[in-house]
Amino acid sequence: MTGQTSTVTQGSSLWKDAQARMSKNKFAMGGLWVIVIMFSLCFICAWFCTDPNQVNLTNKFAPSSGDHWFGTDALGRDLFARILYGGQVSILVGLIATAVSVAIGIVYGAISGFAGGRTDAVMMRIVDTLLAIPFLVLVIVLQATLSDWSGDATRWIVENFKWDKEFTDRLTNVVPLFFALGLLGWLTLSRIVRAQVMSIKELEFVEAAVALGYSKARILFRHVIPNVLGPTVVYSTLTVPGFIMYEAILSFLGLGVESPNSSWGVLIKEGANFLETEVQLLLLPGLFFSLTLFSLNFLGDGLRDALDVKAAKD
Amino acid sequence: MTLLNIKNLKTYFHTRAGTTRAVDDISFSINKGEIVGVVGESGSGKSVTCHSVLGLLPQPPAKVEGGSVTFDNEELLDLPKPLLRAIRGKRISMIFQDPMSCLNPYLQILDQIIEPILIHENVSRQKAEARAIAMMKKVGIRDADYRAHSYPHEFSGGMRQRVMIAMALVTKPDLLLADEPTTALDVTVQARILEILRNLKNDLGIAVLFVTHDLGVVAEIADRVVVMYRGKIVEQGETRDIFKNPSHPYVKGLLACRPTLETQHRVLPTVDDFLQTEVGKDGSLILSERSDTKERIAGLEEQVKSGVNQNDTLPLLLQVKALKVYFHSGGGFLGNPRKIIKAVDDIDLEIPRGKTLGLVGESGCGKTTLGRAILRLQRSNSGSILYNECELTSLSQSEMLKFRKRMQIIFQDPYASLNPRQTIEQTLVEPMLVHRIGSNHSDRRDRIVSLLEEVGLGAEFILRYPHEFSGGQRQRISVARALAVEPEFIVCDECVSAMDVSVQAQVLNLLRKLQKRRNLTYLFISHDLSVVKFMSDDMMVMKNGQVMESGNAEEMYKNPQSEYTRELLDAIPESTPSY
Repeated sequence: MTGQTSTVTQGSSLWKDAQARMSKNKFAMGGLWVIVIMFSLCFICAWFCTDPNQVNLTNKFAPSSGDHWFGTDALGRDLFARILYGGQVSILVGLIATAVSVAIGIVYGAISGFAGGRTDAVMMRIVDTLLAIPFLVLVIVLQATLSDWSGDATRWIVENFKWDKEFTDRLTNVVPLFFALGLLGWLTLSRIVRAQVMSIKELEFVEAAVALGYSKARILFRHVIPNVLGPTVVYSTLTVPGFIMYEAILSFLGLGVESPNSSWGVLIKEGANFLETEVQLLLLPGLFFSLTLFSLNFLGDGLRDALDVKAAKD
Repeated sequence: MTLLNIKNLKTYFHTRAGTTRAVDDISFSINKGEIVGVVGESGSGKSVTCHSVLGLLPQPPAKVEGGSVTFDNEELLDLPKPLLRAIRGKRISMIFQDPMSCLNPYLQILDQIIEPILIHENVSRQKAEARAIAMMKKVGIRDADYRAHSYPHEFSGGMRQRVMIAMALVTKPDLLLADEPTTALDVTVQARILEILRNLKNDLGIAVLFVTHDLGVVAEIADRVVVMYRGKIVEQGETRDIFKNPSHPYVKGLLACRPTLETQHRVLPTVDDFLQTEVGKDGSLILSERSDTKERIAGLEEQVKSGVNQNDTLPLLLQVKALKVYFHSGGGFLGNPRKIIKAVDDIDLEIPRGKTLGLVGESGCGKTTLGRAILRLQRSNSGSILYNECELTSLSQSEMLKFRKRMQIIFQDPYASLNPRQTIEQTLVEPMLVHRIGSNHSDRRDRIVSLLEEVGLGAEFILRYPHEFSGGQRQRISVARALAVEPEFIVCDECVSAMDVSVQAQVLNLLRKLQKRRNLTYLFISHDLSVVKFMSDDMMVMKNGQVMESGNAEEMYKNPQSEYTRELLDAIPESTPSY
């Protein structure tokens, strides 16, 4: 260690390192590719799929053919198109609800754990209270409230941005659902983040930061939160399937996606009715659903390892 | 008569990063009724050797690649599991470093001590209990009949280690493996435990394999010493011979780099002054003695002479008066009475600018709390802290910010004191940004490079993360971070306690050098009296939140006034064998 030759080893940021580690992880990369392909299929399906809501009662329960790759359902609608269109809703529910809940959960949990004392006690009692009310009841109330504004929102968007009315309508119908789920899904996450923060704030580098005169906000956002990202990322990828399932339940209750539109949850539910005779109606949407979930889990594990700076650099 | 014979033992660790030769072809033996000390720094393979004997290493990644370990002429390495279990705890027992985590917190002490008897011998519970209580008395636990029914948390650290020893010896083993049994204990407690082990060896005739990093402890207890370095034995022999006349340069360096109470000079020699390491063609290490050791040591003495400060009356930088810090424990919400712990109880101290005040005390004496209270990291109940004639206790957190730049702290654990998610550059640039030091990015970069050079690290490290550094290097980074805001006063809180002696010597020398160059003032906190005495101009001994004695370091050592200081001085293991 002479320090005379100042040849600085090429700098690598946290994200660059994470990228390099990630690309070495075969499972995580496989998961990532499956998700990318699945997402693009779902969102460009309008170009190559038939209308998913085209009823043809003379051709119900058709087997797979050139016209209908996955066959048709009880009303003669093309199953392939319905799965891909349904995927749009399910994927958006999973991602938006998770993003909303992660954002709230991290900030809320971190502040609560970092502040400690009375602030912590009050903030956690609020979480306890919310946890004590059945999740679905809350979501239903919240969604109903948010839905009241959806008509206004459609009008506003159509007037100001000249969007297609039908498309906007479909969007504003489901968006309240995304937010209702996200606004309530952060409860458990905030508990996890709080526990992590409480153990990290005891470490000496946090005290060193106080001694160096850093502000509380700087310590929290630059020194504490980056160190809780690992477990948070894993937990949040595990919540995506949960949100997709909740959407299915709400749709079943008539509160989510409105008929005749589809989502994976709706399709699985419909397919379950014909379990004994037409098992593919359950299996095919189920396959897409579980493939996405598997990939998300692999991706989550990969992200955790990639974000861990202690992992080997080679 | 040879009891344990280790021959050409090789234990390697196979991980994804490669193979580590933790124990590489070592041979030594232990005779009946003999204490053999295995000494080495962290990573030298001493603990791995100890664990290999009983097959206690996790496999994989560990794998015994060759050699033999015979115990009473029986090969242990390829012994089937059931036969090995019959030996573990019966004929070979083991005690570990951390008595806090080695006892099951849910079981009474008595149940834990009789467990090995009930497993290995066919005796009744009554008989086993009687033997357990007799053994507890033997290891010096008073009121053993009554205390046997307590739980581990009701015992202090020293008492728990005694329980561990009782548990290990209650089956009357032939060999005791002791893996750093006194490292986690205070010196006065350590002295008592060593005495107990020595007496037990004489009474019961057991052999002990005593693993430790502390040469002083070995000198105190071992008949023979085995010195390990990077998986190999560099020297072994009678304790007295090795201490009096070490032949290997590493051992010479190790003996020289420990500050002892007699150390007069102000700079310590390091192992590097004695030992030259080269990597051979086949990747193995070649150790050789430096030819210029004498000149290097003489050079150190030169630095000393120019560094001697005259006893001028210097202006005071810090003056603490009647400081009190109390903690409340227990009680609270449901109205149990609260207990008050007086962590810092009415303490006065003064430090002149450019000097070092050493603060010694055993764990729980309040020395760390005092340091934190002075930096206002801990609220104090009453008293005053005058820093440069400005009262700190009345300042609000925001008014305190401008003092943060002038007062800094270096912590004990270099693993926990750096943010693992920041590169060295980010760690060092942040204090500069917060305190508006440096005009632009490249100016700050230059400052970082010169800071790193000042603490003995190269500029090529600045984009690495903390986990890529060794403990000693990390502590240098912590020092650099403290220096980044150009402070005048630094609290060193046990800042070398977690280090090997050779690294400790380097960090102590660094602190010395920086003090001279930047005219720094230190409050040097440690449990190690010899280190404090080496570093300090004035010294203060603390116990139970109060000052026992304070004054000039050299005089206090020569002529201790209080009973407690004398006790501390006596408990320090001699640097040479006492017999």
